[in-house]
Amino acid sequence: MGAHSHTHNQPSHGTDDLAASIKSYLMGFVLSVVLTAIPFWAVMTHHFEQSTTLAVVVVTALVQILVHLKYFLHLDFSKEGKINTFSFLFTALIIVMVVGLSVWIILEANALMM
Amino acid sequence: MSFLGKLSLDAIPYHEPIIMVTLAVVAVVGLYIAALITKHKKWSVLWNNWLTSVDHKRLGIMYIVLALVMLIRGFSDAIMMRTQQALATNGAAGYLPPEHYDQIFTAHGVIMIIFMAMPFMIGLMNLVVPLQIGARDVAFPFLNNLSFWLTASGAVLINISLGLGEFAKTGWVAYPPLSELAYSPGVGVDYYIWALQISGIGTTLTGVNFIATVLKMRAPGMKLMQMPIFTWTCTWANILIVASFPILTAVLAMLTLDRYMDFHFFTNDGGGNAMMYINLFWAWGHPEVYILILPAFGIFSEVISTFTAKRLFGYTSMVWASGAISILGFIVWLHHFFTMGSSANVNAFFGVMTMVIAVPTGVKLFNWLFTIYRGRLRLTVPVLWTLGFMVTFTIGGMTGVLLALPGADYVLHNSLFLIAHFHNTIIGGAVFGYLAGFAYWFPKATGFHLNERLGKASFWCWQIGFYVAFMPLYVLGFMGMTRRINHIDNPAWNLWIYLAAVGACIIMVGIILQFIQLYVSIRDRDQNRDTTGDPWNGHTLEWSTASPPQFYNFAKLPQVADIDAFTDAKEKGLAYQGLKHYQPIHMPKNTSSGILMALGITAAGFAAIWHILWLAIVGLVGAFVVFLFRAYNNDVDYYVQPDEVARIENAHLNNVVRG
Repeated sequence: MGAHSHTHNQPSHGTDDLAASIKSYLMGFVLSVVLTAIPFWAVMTHHFEQSTTLAVVVVTALVQILVHLKYFLHLDFSKEGKINTFSFLFTALIIVMVVGLSVWIILEANALMM
Repeated sequence: MSFLGKLSLDAIPYHEPIIMVTLAVVAVVGLYIAALITKHKKWSVLWNNWLTSVDHKRLGIMYIVLALVMLIRGFSDAIMMRTQQALATNGAAGYLPPEHYDQIFTAHGVIMIIFMAMPFMIGLMNLVVPLQIGARDVAFPFLNNLSFWLTASGAVLINISLGLGEFAKTGWVAYPPLSELAYSPGVGVDYYIWALQISGIGTTLTGVNFIATVLKMRAPGMKLMQMPIFTWTCTWANILIVASFPILTAVLAMLTLDRYMDFHFFTNDGGGNAMMYINLFWAWGHPEVYILILPAFGIFSEVISTFTAKRLFGYTSMVWASGAISILGFIVWLHHFFTMGSSANVNAFFGVMTMVIAVPTGVKLFNWLFTIYRGRLRLTVPVLWTLGFMVTFTIGGMTGVLLALPGADYVLHNSLFLIAHFHNTIIGGAVFGYLAGFAYWFPKATGFHLNERLGKASFWCWQIGFYVAFMPLYVLGFMGMTRRINHIDNPAWNLWIYLAAVGACIIMVGIILQFIQLYVSIRDRDQNRDTTGDPWNGHTLEWSTASPPQFYNFAKLPQVADIDAFTDAKEKGLAYQGLKHYQPIHMPKNTSSGILMALGITAAGFAAIWHILWLAIVGLVGAFVVFLFRAYNNDVDYYVQPDEVARIENAHLNNVVRG
């Protein structure tokens, strides 16, 4: 049931919706390709200094995450999409809190044991 | 490795008379019940109507039965600890040798939290939440059945440990390195791991199921901020379940790898870090106590507003206070191990966060007080539990704020002060809440009332017994007595130990009265029928159905325009209206897949504990095959025909008129 729930939740796909949906996936795909090509190009051609290259890789990676969330996972603030977006943000918050605070706790404890 | 792995006849503890007598009693009672079922030819009823049922109401009742059975087991452990300490003073050894005593306090903790409180809470949630939101069942009825059986599977494993092998001697938290293979080579910790792992997965699935249910299956017109308060607190609890139980699953999996595959996550050597286990365990463990308490808060809110015949004061603040508790509950876990010795900054952060939680909790308490203010409070059994809670839980909360000071915690850590504190909040908060809910929704679930006098007697025994049993522990904590002590060699402690044992006995009377109440109420059920379905003049939709509710809950999904939807309907004169024509109702079919899958998984868990490879494979493959059959089975639902609905509805409406 779970894997197909997205399509089942929106039974009213007309042909217009279908076209818009394909367009959105294509858009996401093209953006992802571009955002993947840029860091590859930067690394392979040594066009920038090393620190700049690193920054380019990180920034394009972060932007690509957002592209995936918007175009492939369809996270938005529309009426239907809101609940998915909020659960995603909540999950992210919990992970940041649990992982972040755990790292802090263990590092500080280790520091005192040195 | 032999055919049966580590298992042999030596695993049965013949030399322990207490265990052997217990097993004999359990066997006699079990045979007696089996004989009764056979005599009344009820095996098929039990199988078809209960064990394979996907009806949330029946699953709720089964969860609560499981919780009550495990309450007996967990309380037996408690009274044994109390009597052991009372007998083992002035140089006496008592009757429980350390290796048995250690298993008892571990089992007590695990059973009371995981197999008593959790099933009780989830049972009430199953029973009530779909009715409160005007739904016909949960979003995934089969998954709900499977969740129950996975929980039961864990309970079965922990009970097998009584008669076969041993249980963990580590305390209910099972900290490494003690719980590692080097220091706990027996099967005890393995029982602990697999019982918690299997039931934990069941709980996670329940959380997913109920979040989907409240998001997708609310009655037409019901906005999120119109859900009854119990449903809201359960929803917050479910969000916490989904966010925190995977941490438990992961940490147990890592401990499993350490013990079975020679990994080094938490070992002393090989780069392991035992502190990480403690950290992750409590990153689950602290949200877990809020999972237990939040639904109890919801029950108190329902009870107070029903029995004062008033709208709940501050509904919106109640919802957001629960939300604040849920989020804050996720960033306080380090207060369980201030003494681990992380830096002062870390301890200060978690200490402050812990104290902050008292604020939303205080908001709730004042909301309940303001609801009572100028209401006409009927002193029924659920209200007594609620009033008892308000006093007891406040004391527990205040000692909690005291423990939240890292400086104070260094003195009180692992002392009986801590034990008194968390029993003060879990008994005085969660357990009182579930017992209030039990008395409140009992007529709804069964169709007849509980005996009021016995209920009140039970409450007073619990309430007085609680103070006699646990206030001395605060004193002992200040006197320096630590938890999990097998025998007492400080004469100054004796008096308080004796008092605590007396308190435990008073609570025991309360529990016995509770079971007598159940027996008497079932015996006299014909005199105490609830024919209207609305015995308390309730506010929310569960009271608009019959008692017990029609198996499809609602003949027509109600239209909701108010938080107190049923009060609204009664005021507008829309309640109890039959329809001329009913629509067919789409319902899920019962299925044996859940119990069969859980059977395979139980076998696999048992096999993992005893290192019986072939049985583990048989169990897992069996469970997977059942799953495949279920997944490809299209014959899972049916329609209740309008004439049957009309017959059931008319019978109910006639009863209402007569009542």
